[in-house]
Amino acid sequence: MFVTILFFAYSAVLVAAALGVILARNPVHSALLLVLCFFTSAVIWLLLNAEFLGIVLVLVYVGAVMVLFLFVVMMLDVNIEELRRGIAGYWPFAVAVAGFVVFAIINVIVVQHLGGVTLKVAAPLPAHYSNTRELGIALFTRYAYPSQIAAVILLVASVAAIILTMRRRPGLKSQNVSEQVRVRAKDRLRMVKMTSGKRP
Amino acid sequence: MITLTEVLTLSGLLFAIAVAGVFLNRKNIIVLLMCIELLLLAVNFNFVAFSRFLGDINGQIFVFFILTVAAAEAAIGLAILVVLFRERRSINVEDLDTLQG
Repeated sequence: MFVTILFFAYSAVLVAAALGVILARNPVHSALLLVLCFFTSAVIWLLLNAEFLGIVLVLVYVGAVMVLFLFVVMMLDVNIEELRRGIAGYWPFAVAVAGFVVFAIINVIVVQHLGGVTLKVAAPLPAHYSNTRELGIALFTRYAYPSQIAAVILLVASVAAIILTMRRRPGLKSQNVSEQVRVRAKDRLRMVKMTSGKRP
Repeated sequence: MITLTEVLTLSGLLFAIAVAGVFLNRKNIIVLLMCIELLLLAVNFNFVAFSRFLGDINGQIFVFFILTVAAAEAAIGLAILVVLFRERRSINVEDLDTLQG
């Protein structure tokens, strides 16, 4: 019962925050409300016994991705009023599309009962169940190769992000290390053979 | 206890809100990227719920990979956004008509 109350309370906060994300006038407010969305989602995932993913959601999304978003939002000097102009024309279309999506999903879930699948209540977990342990066993045995691919994707993404935003300013004085290393003594130094003078 | 119907309904609502957000904020690329994050979150809800109610851990592995790809996508998207703003001094979608598409 307590779990159900928590679930509904956090679901209400989640939906309200999601509405705030799309309706807020200021992108900074949108980003902060999205942080709230991720926090409440993490709590709901904890209630669904996905403890590891709940913590990962907070650490990765709130800790890294949303900080990145906030950083970019605050760094860009955006004229918000310019971007908000003409937004009123879109809302009937947006409501229609959202209504259609909700209708389709509710139809599948409630009216057709997911095509006759009966999954009303989850099976109780064994006494010493550890979500992190189960996830780790699956990730490092059956999904070992996909997790390597995921690591490569992250590496490529970080290299791409750095290369994209690297700025080469003209006229900047800096060391060229490869040129420095390639220098040999004979390029710079000329040995002059001199006959030593006779002492008078 | 929480039932599957409730979680799936919540995820459906979240997905619909995010889709509406994509249409509402058509001009602001930053909010568009945030809406894409919300869409991915709604999909992850489905995976977590089915993983719990089917007693199958593989669904949570998929959420793990989706989080990885979403983080990579956000990083590259924001990098492109920063470069774009540096070139154009604007993030309005309607200004991006160089390709005449």
